[in-house]
Amino acid sequence: METYSFLRYLADSWVLLILTGIFLGVIVWAFRPGSRAMHDDAAAVPFRHDDDTIPPRHRATGDVTKGQPDV
Amino acid sequence: MSYYLRGPSGYALLAALGLIALASAIAANFARDLAYLVHALLIMAVAAGLFVATMRAMPVDDGPAVAPPRPTGYMDGPIRYGVIATAFWGVVGFLAGTYIAFQLAFPALNIEWAQPYANFGRLRPLHTSAVIFAFGGNALIATSFYVVQRTSAARLWGGPAAWFVFWGYQLFIVLAATGYLLGATQSKEYAEPEWYVDIWLTIVWLTYLAVFMGTIINRRERHIYVANWFYLAFIVTVAMLHVVNNLSIPVSIFGSKSVQVFAGVQDAMTQWWYGHNAVGFFLTAGFLGMMYYFVPKQAGRPVYSYKLSIIHFWALIFLYIWAGPHHLHYTALPDWAATLGMVFSIILWMPSWGGMINGLMTLQGAWDKIRTDPIIRMFVASLAFYGMSTFEGPMMSIRAVNSLSHYTDWTIGHVHSGALGWNGMITFGALYFLTPKLWGRKQMYSMSAINAHFWLATIGIVLYASSMWVTGIMEGLMWREVDANGFLVNSFADTVDAKFPMYVVRAVGGALYVAGGIIMVWNMWMTIRDPRAVAVVATPAE
Repeated sequence: METYSFLRYLADSWVLLILTGIFLGVIVWAFRPGSRAMHDDAAAVPFRHDDDTIPPRHRATGDVTKGQPDV
Repeated sequence: MSYYLRGPSGYALLAALGLIALASAIAANFARDLAYLVHALLIMAVAAGLFVATMRAMPVDDGPAVAPPRPTGYMDGPIRYGVIATAFWGVVGFLAGTYIAFQLAFPALNIEWAQPYANFGRLRPLHTSAVIFAFGGNALIATSFYVVQRTSAARLWGGPAAWFVFWGYQLFIVLAATGYLLGATQSKEYAEPEWYVDIWLTIVWLTYLAVFMGTIINRRERHIYVANWFYLAFIVTVAMLHVVNNLSIPVSIFGSKSVQVFAGVQDAMTQWWYGHNAVGFFLTAGFLGMMYYFVPKQAGRPVYSYKLSIIHFWALIFLYIWAGPHHLHYTALPDWAATLGMVFSIILWMPSWGGMINGLMTLQGAWDKIRTDPIIRMFVASLAFYGMSTFEGPMMSIRAVNSLSHYTDWTIGHVHSGALGWNGMITFGALYFLTPKLWGRKQMYSMSAINAHFWLATIGIVLYASSMWVTGIMEGLMWREVDANGFLVNSFADTVDAKFPMYVVRAVGGALYVAGGIIMVWNMWMTIRDPRAVAVVATPAE
């Protein structure tokens, strides 16, 4: 089979099936039982970290991030 | 700064900048065309300037032996620059657009002594690139840096890399814009810059991706907020689209001209795969990232449905990428491909409206803010225009409708209701949100000026879109009109003649839109310079 026909066949059979399956799976996953609490938590993210204080990161001490101060 | 320029790293940077300046000087000497010559001289000047600046910043002797304290808190410097650049390029792009709109109505404005630089053909890509990439791109970079930090509770990753992204992107804009005026173009719509400008943008864009991804990886929140999904999809997809659509071979390393790798219908399909996804991922996904952060923030309540936002995201990503072929109805493209593009465009209507509903319903319980808060009003208008143009687009992608609308001004009207209404309004809203926050002011200097901006912009869009509907459908009908014997009734010049009044109305609409933009710039200026305001106090973390 020539390359074009092969890819064409593959695209409108298996790949179409796989992509549709992934898409439907994502929707089912979003609606799974117990997701509400996590989604409510995520939806509140923009309201949590407005001020300039970033919680400390758990890292080995002496770790220096190269960077320059803000203007 | 000087600490990091001690010893070998400082010398390596100096050597690199010196080599770039030298290579640019050689390239300028051998340049085969004007655009390449000007660009080589420009890059030489930039590299030489950075060389001197680096040398002056390098410490004498060994310099400070102790590293400066690690910067804490959010990195807002590049965002402040980005906000100002967005406003500046916005007004430049709107002015260029209004001027070429008047050129179409009054061809004498293609001024004789300014030929060939200021004719419509060269100013038109200047306008489209200025508004999409300079105005829209700067807005996306600035807001994405703001949003990703606030929703990840992490400082931008990569230290000075964010500054490189900002300045590198401005250099890309200047190279692209001057290239168009001097005649360097690869004639691909929305991808006009020539090969070396494309390579530069690729470098800048991958750095942008690294900064954004690095910040997300450093996040303190368990969940990646949905706005960041949209921003990330925009960054990744644009990188892919840009590289594939710009595959070309330069005729000479010392000239701007290049030849595309694809030819014929393959080239056309690649171009519109790129072109439509530039709309889908640059102008839609990226700006939806803005919507999912700034609308909830300004309304003071979380997004209406987080589940819907997840489905909105995946549906948009899965569908948009297939819609490009609808630009190639009735061409050499196989029918099945055009039909595929059309079908996916129509299905796209659903996620688009799902997203619009999600944004609008975020105001549930706070609808009074549309009356009292001019920034919310901008967001709501923007979502309304998003809904309108994402209804119009699928309709125009239907083959039978497209046979009437294609090549007419209807397309131009459609693009502008999306660009001026959706992208423009949401960016204005975001700028009005960000300016007081970034400069530590309570609110914008003048609320009534925001109101004036809103009405000028809205009336401008309405004049623009309605005049383009009238002239577009009119010329579509005139082109297909045949007499009893099957001969065409109108010549092309007849349609041009008939369109004159609508062209004037369109240009007036554009002028109103520019006026609104200038009011915004004044308002931002006064907010930033406001002597009554208290300077922002940086509180170090930890």
